[in-house]
Amino acid sequence: MMKKLITLLFATLFATLALAQEAPDALVKQVTEEVLEIVRKDKSIQNGDARKAIDLVDAKVIPHFNFHHMTALAVGKDWRKASPQQQQQLAAEFKTLLVRTYSNALTSYKDQKVVYKPFRMNAGDTDVLVRTEVLQPGNKPVQLDYSLEKLDAGWKVYDVNVAGISLVTNYRDQFGQEIRNGGIDGLIKAIAAKNKSLEGNLVKADGK
Amino acid sequence: MTDKLTTWKRRAGVGMVAGMIALAGPALADEALHDPLEGFNRAMFAVNEGLDAVAVKPVAQVYDFVTPLPVRAGVGDFFGNIADVRNALNNTLQGKLGDAATDLGRLLINSTVGIFGLFDVASELGLEKHDEDFGQTLAVWGWDDSSFVFWPLVGPKTVRDTGGLIVDIYSDPTWATINKSVAVRNSLVVLRFVDVRADLLPTDKVVEEAALDKYAYVRDAYLQRRRNQIFDGRPPRLEDVLD
Repeated sequence: MMKKLITLLFATLFATLALAQEAPDALVKQVTEEVLEIVRKDKSIQNGDARKAIDLVDAKVIPHFNFHHMTALAVGKDWRKASPQQQQQLAAEFKTLLVRTYSNALTSYKDQKVVYKPFRMNAGDTDVLVRTEVLQPGNKPVQLDYSLEKLDAGWKVYDVNVAGISLVTNYRDQFGQEIRNGGIDGLIKAIAAKNKSLEGNLVKADGK
Repeated sequence: MTDKLTTWKRRAGVGMVAGMIALAGPALADEALHDPLEGFNRAMFAVNEGLDAVAVKPVAQVYDFVTPLPVRAGVGDFFGNIADVRNALNNTLQGKLGDAATDLGRLLINSTVGIFGLFDVASELGLEKHDEDFGQTLAVWGWDDSSFVFWPLVGPKTVRDTGGLIVDIYSDPTWATINKSVAVRNSLVVLRFVDVRADLLPTDKVVEEAALDKYAYVRDAYLQRRRNQIFDGRPPRLEDVLD
């Protein structure tokens, strides 16, 4: 009992000392609640202001993501064929696309609540799964899980799972298709073209 | 009228099973690809997109617009309660008797205290809701790999889950026991269909914007979601390419 107490005390102490080294579950909770709090108060995001949602995600969520790893996971075994420069370009385009998707989910916010599932990790773990659930009135709860890894800069998310669907690996077949057709550069072009058309929609919405 | 419909249902069932057997052939030859029927599937996907745009989605949008949230919640809970029959049955078939007991407890509480299932009281009491169907049972029994098939109106399935759906329909109280009143049954089936489609409305935009190839995006999402359901939300990890 005493041992547990001391461990707890130290855990709390360290958590307060270094925010970057915060426990992964606490990090997910803190970021989620912070973002939801903003969305709850922001009528324009709730009414579908995609630009504003993107800015919010960029500022609050993205710093906690490892896009290099995410893109590698999305591309799969062809990732090794890409040069460092191509990898960088891919990660940048993929980031734009994912931010867009993620922000979109925020604009359809309707009184959802997030429940945090019990989390356990061992002292030396560097790769963990933080499980949450999104509750929405009249709908089934949706499982929302984050895979995090421990880097020097702290815990970073490298995969997001919605109802068991990885937003990252769900791209693998589509990316493979593009690589078969036009190589790594073909894939970079394809994602860039997609981003451009989405940006076009945004500009149209701004004009309204 | 009842006879005609029953015959139609049987015929559709037999047709689907026959189709399933025919489709199972090529699937075995090329399991690694998961989508040996891609040509057929893409054609059906296009048909479904057309049907959805002109008939299904507009209805779901109107329903979504006119139905106040408490009513929507009631409709969702009502069909969720009926689904607990399927959950209990399939948990039993998968040997998860504790879960099956929870499902039956939920059914009992929600059908009574929850007024015919309109309120999900059981969840508030802490009885966890499950999500089981016969396709998952077949997977647990060993049919864990199956080719993807896309059906108009029904949507994404695998060959296995198409067979599972037929069994689910036969064991579904909405289809079976209310058979005495075809009008009531049909209204319920249509209402559930529209309600499910309306639930998916926010997803539409996300998929539309996220996908490079909408068909492939939907297919892979379906296959991932099913894997997750089969393992009750805790699928074993797949290998990481960076390791």
